[in-house]
Amino acid sequence: MTPELGQLALILAFLVALIQGVLPIVGAHRGHAGWIALARPAAQTQFALILFSFACLMQAFVANDFSVAYVAGHSNSKLPTMYRASAVWGGHEGSLLLWVLMLSGWTLAVSLFSRQLPQAMVARVIGVLGLVSAGFLMFMLFTSDPFDRLLPAAADGQDLNPLLQDPGLVFHPPMLYMGYVGFSVAFAFAIAALLAGRLDAAWARWSRPWTTVAWVFLTLGIALGSYWAYYELGWGGWWFWDPVENASFTPWLVGTALIHSLAVTEKRGSFKNWTVLLAICAFSLSLLGTFLVRSGVLTSVHAFAADPKRGVFILLFLTVVIGGSLALFAWRAPKVSMGGAFGVVSRETLLLINNVLLMVAAASVLLGTLYPLLIDALGLGKLSVGPPYFNSVFMPLMLPLLFLIAVGPLARWKQADARDMAQRLRLAAVLAVIAGIGLPFLIGAWTPLVALGLLLAVWIFASTAFQIRERLKSGWPPRSFWGMHAAHFGIAVFVVGVTLVKGYEVEKDVRMAVGETVEIGGYTVKLLGVNQVPGPNYVAQRGDVELSKGGQVRAVLHPEKRNYFSSQMPMTETAIDSGFTRDLYVSLGEPLNAPGAAPVWSVRVYYKPFIVWIWGGCLFMALGGALAASDRRYRLKVKQQALQGAAA
Amino acid sequence: MKRFLIPLALFMVLAVFLALGLNRNPSEVPSPLVGKPAPMFTLPRLDADPQAPAGTANASFSPKDMAGKVWLLNVWASWCVSCRVEHPVLVDFAKLNIAPLIGLDYKDQRADAKGWLAKFGDPYTLSVVDADGRVGIDYGVYGVPETYVIDKAGLIRFKQIGPVTNEILQTKILPLIKELQR
Repeated sequence: MTPELGQLALILAFLVALIQGVLPIVGAHRGHAGWIALARPAAQTQFALILFSFACLMQAFVANDFSVAYVAGHSNSKLPTMYRASAVWGGHEGSLLLWVLMLSGWTLAVSLFSRQLPQAMVARVIGVLGLVSAGFLMFMLFTSDPFDRLLPAAADGQDLNPLLQDPGLVFHPPMLYMGYVGFSVAFAFAIAALLAGRLDAAWARWSRPWTTVAWVFLTLGIALGSYWAYYELGWGGWWFWDPVENASFTPWLVGTALIHSLAVTEKRGSFKNWTVLLAICAFSLSLLGTFLVRSGVLTSVHAFAADPKRGVFILLFLTVVIGGSLALFAWRAPKVSMGGAFGVVSRETLLLINNVLLMVAAASVLLGTLYPLLIDALGLGKLSVGPPYFNSVFMPLMLPLLFLIAVGPLARWKQADARDMAQRLRLAAVLAVIAGIGLPFLIGAWTPLVALGLLLAVWIFASTAFQIRERLKSGWPPRSFWGMHAAHFGIAVFVVGVTLVKGYEVEKDVRMAVGETVEIGGYTVKLLGVNQVPGPNYVAQRGDVELSKGGQVRAVLHPEKRNYFSSQMPMTETAIDSGFTRDLYVSLGEPLNAPGAAPVWSVRVYYKPFIVWIWGGCLFMALGGALAASDRRYRLKVKQQALQGAAA
Repeated sequence: MKRFLIPLALFMVLAVFLALGLNRNPSEVPSPLVGKPAPMFTLPRLDADPQAPAGTANASFSPKDMAGKVWLLNVWASWCVSCRVEHPVLVDFAKLNIAPLIGLDYKDQRADAKGWLAKFGDPYTLSVVDADGRVGIDYGVYGVPETYVIDKAGLIRFKQIGPVTNEILQTKILPLIKELQR
């Protein structure tokens, strides 16, 4: 019964989304106050219906209702309750439901926190979000219904993919989707402004905090995914340039550009068209990512079973949404006035360079991701594009960007004084060069790449510190100031992590019998034994691995090789001793001994210096975004702007 | 005005490519072996006594034995789940009695393989045992099941990666066999 209720709620939500998508926009166009007023209640009703539907699906999972096909395909009665609950988004249908839940959640937030905005603007924004939601709900109802019944019911479920039976599944997809979907708000603001023909600084100020919050979620989501891949896949890598990773990374790059360009539009009224285009691009890339993941046009570790009908539907949806908004852009943009003029050396110019670099980076990642598809579609053969392409294209684009992070915040709007800036950066430059020359010797061998990485990181650290010190002289700065510097500081932390991992990681694949040791990074790793340990829905071979330094035992790690009852694939559970300056990473390969003989295993032992800095840097970036989005002036000035808008 | 249409134009080009991409299967890699001679091997037959001396008649099989015939080589294993999906299609094919179907039992235990055939039915003219997977390497096997159509001259003319479906059998394999047998 519950699944039918969930289904019904989903159908009702679709109808409400249609109302929410059409009437408020038409009402705003014709100045029909009654229709405009429909926007908020419609958004709130839609959220309640989807939340109810989501709860129904979760109930089916927790109660092991294997008469629901989706539950039977992605759960199992032996699955621990936590994973049964998160298995809701462990497959295609449920992740779509999570997606629309997030979308309606963002819409609800817009309906609640927009009291200061003009009614017509809110109606348009909520209307655009309603149309997007209607498209996704239609997609679910027609091609991917999570509530389809399975008759006769399965005795037990096929179980969730063992790779996904991990706390990572509980947090990574919701975070990532929050970010992905969050760009829909920036998109809706942009479309609403184009529809209204009112593209001004007020618009930029309204959409800024929303964009930043979405960006924060996306940053955290990507970082979580990267950390999950690091400890779960057992290869010790943290980024693979996998098509689906790229699908989340391109919106992040464009979103980063958008955050910076919104600053220019808000403060100086320039870059208006460009900012609108970026807002459309960021959300379009989120949609494109969905298409790539859900249609199976690219091979990837994340790819789900391909269904041609689904692919065609998403592509049509993509064409309508993106094509429609770009057409609207082409129609409206020529009428938008240019902003204030600015000099060659100015904050505007530096932010423009930032934008161009980020967009070129996003475009090259997108090109690398789609290239196999393009070549195949042209009938020119089959190929795959790997990390060498991405690293060699991406790195050179990031170098000038890292250099400019220290320079940009120093520059004045409109016209900056190059000589004055150089003077203020002189000390940071000296420190950076010393660090680049000296630090690598302290840590290990000197290589040009490590030197360059550390030079740029120290360059950012030092200039950030000097700028904060200088600013503190004139009183306590606002949160947005701290936010910007925290995010830039995070980039530098990230750069340190990437540079040192790349430069000094040690990876050893060894054959170990019980009692044997291997030396790595100054540590001694000893295999104490391997025992069979039962789990709830698997049997594990659990290793006891002792970690010692200078004869002193530091830790005992327990890497596992798990055999899940439901699938034949053995799963690797790594054991990591994490630290501020290094990770020691142990994972069990294959047993090499004959059955019955004493255990001998192939063991992978990795030494990863400073790897936690990679994710630590992402945390700082996210913290920076959160600080900036919660700045006081959004709450105050929005009110003033709204009053001015009403008066005008 | 025109420059504002550029993003739309770029997107339209992309959309066309995505539409073309939908009709393609990214995991399908054309085999470099198509059009080349089938790699030679001599392997013990699954139904032969493993203790019998190497020279015993009917104890082993080699592609040479098939010279002048159009035949199929199907890579399978008792541990392979997709092979179970493919199995009924092969049984139907064997009933048609058009061409010999040789099974290559890949990285498998003899007892398991025999049990599997006893349980699900044996569509194969005969099966050979590739216990260590060496022959599989020569044939570039990367996803079991795989099926090769080999012509009278011993050239590989078609390779199917993954299960042979009824559709592939009807639209590709059967017409090809008919043409090659002419």
